[in-house]
Amino acid sequence: MTAPAPIAMLAELTYRCPLSCPYCSNPVQMAAQDSELDTADWARVFREAAEMGVLQLHLSGGEPASRRDLTDLVSAARKAGLYTNLITSGIGLTEKRLTQLDDAGLDHVQLSLQGTNPEMADEIGGYRGGFARKLQVAEWIGKIGFPLTLNAVLHRRNLHQLPRALEMAQEMGARRIEVATVQFHGWALKNRAALMPTREQAKEANQIVTQARKRLKGRLVIDYVPADYHEDFPKRCMGGWGTTGLNVTPDGQVLPCHAAQSIPHLTFDRVQDKSLNEIWYNGAAFNAYRGTDWMQEPCRSCDRKTIDFGGCRCQAMAVIGDPAATDPVCIKSPHHESLQTQASAFSAQDDAPLIYREAPQKSSDPIN
Amino acid sequence: MLTTDIPILPRGVRLHHDKVRGTWVLLAPERAITLDAVGHAILNEVDGTRSFGEITGALAERYSAPVDEIRTDSSGFLDALRSRRFLDVSE
Repeated sequence: MTAPAPIAMLAELTYRCPLSCPYCSNPVQMAAQDSELDTADWARVFREAAEMGVLQLHLSGGEPASRRDLTDLVSAARKAGLYTNLITSGIGLTEKRLTQLDDAGLDHVQLSLQGTNPEMADEIGGYRGGFARKLQVAEWIGKIGFPLTLNAVLHRRNLHQLPRALEMAQEMGARRIEVATVQFHGWALKNRAALMPTREQAKEANQIVTQARKRLKGRLVIDYVPADYHEDFPKRCMGGWGTTGLNVTPDGQVLPCHAAQSIPHLTFDRVQDKSLNEIWYNGAAFNAYRGTDWMQEPCRSCDRKTIDFGGCRCQAMAVIGDPAATDPVCIKSPHHESLQTQASAFSAQDDAPLIYREAPQKSSDPIN
Repeated sequence: MLTTDIPILPRGVRLHHDKVRGTWVLLAPERAITLDAVGHAILNEVDGTRSFGEITGALAERYSAPVDEIRTDSSGFLDALRSRRFLDVSE
């Protein structure tokens, strides 16, 4: 099949991060700091991306502000013609640095929210003073005038704070909020018992979002990622594998989605070895789950197969060990009931401790 | 949208010519909206100073089309952008 050109690229500039959120979606094994792509490499990758049709660039991590050359990277991305979005916790940004990012042409800031008060936010992020710092950063963002999206990451411990998160977004002058229930990939899989929402919480969140969308229409746009273990149909992951977006890791591996390294039989090309264009159209990992030919039953004969493309490959891998299986979230999957039972069991473990993210080491030992 | 409303693209929302796909797109926070010729023609006139009435009047003249038709079509388009916060309006 002929793939369409990609629209979005997630550039994971570094895995370094001052926070240690238990729901971190970065891989459990992370590339070390000294294997990160340098400024010139990234600038070339941005140009290649723009030339092949990428419009939106998401600068992420880890914490992208941990890169000293962040302003240069934004300049390079704008020069290449990309719309630049900074995905940040705010830690590491100063007013001076934000002004420099403004001068460099940064288009948009997405600020993560770990909780709506310091007790919750600092406990979840594992970083004392983080919440106060974030509020300060939000004020600077507003003063400069960057368009802002607040990204509230929700789970069993803080879902009750959703109404306050919606208020905070408005107080900060955000045009958009992402209400993102934790998806269990990478490190987050270790914390399903500590973070899995209850079924009642998931239902209540659905209601709150539906009502808020009506009430705030034209003022605050709400993008919502539900607690999918409690849903009956899977997410249309990545808009379909290899159709819309690609992800470049700190050390230059090009992935069809940020969790794709969890699928053991896939091999990934590197931007150091091949052009982005070659990797997108001909890379083995990108072609592995493109289209519908790879599907098994019940996906193969399902009338929803081009709606959700069988859901998330990484979730099928993580939960049932077969990346070509129907996402177990789907009501048609033979594993659906068992997933819902698991979800209820996880969500009942009130005393499960948070297992904090461990940071990558400085090392020249190759990882992966 | 009222004829006296003045539409404006807020910061972070901009027109971009997509060379690869040979089309104009509206780039906004985490969205890229493909524009047809009509959509592009309207947004190209949005300058933050002229009113909706003036913009649609100019378009009607340029394309020799009935102004009411142009107003109905572009009002729906601009209202949809406005509800997604891709367009602001001052009165």
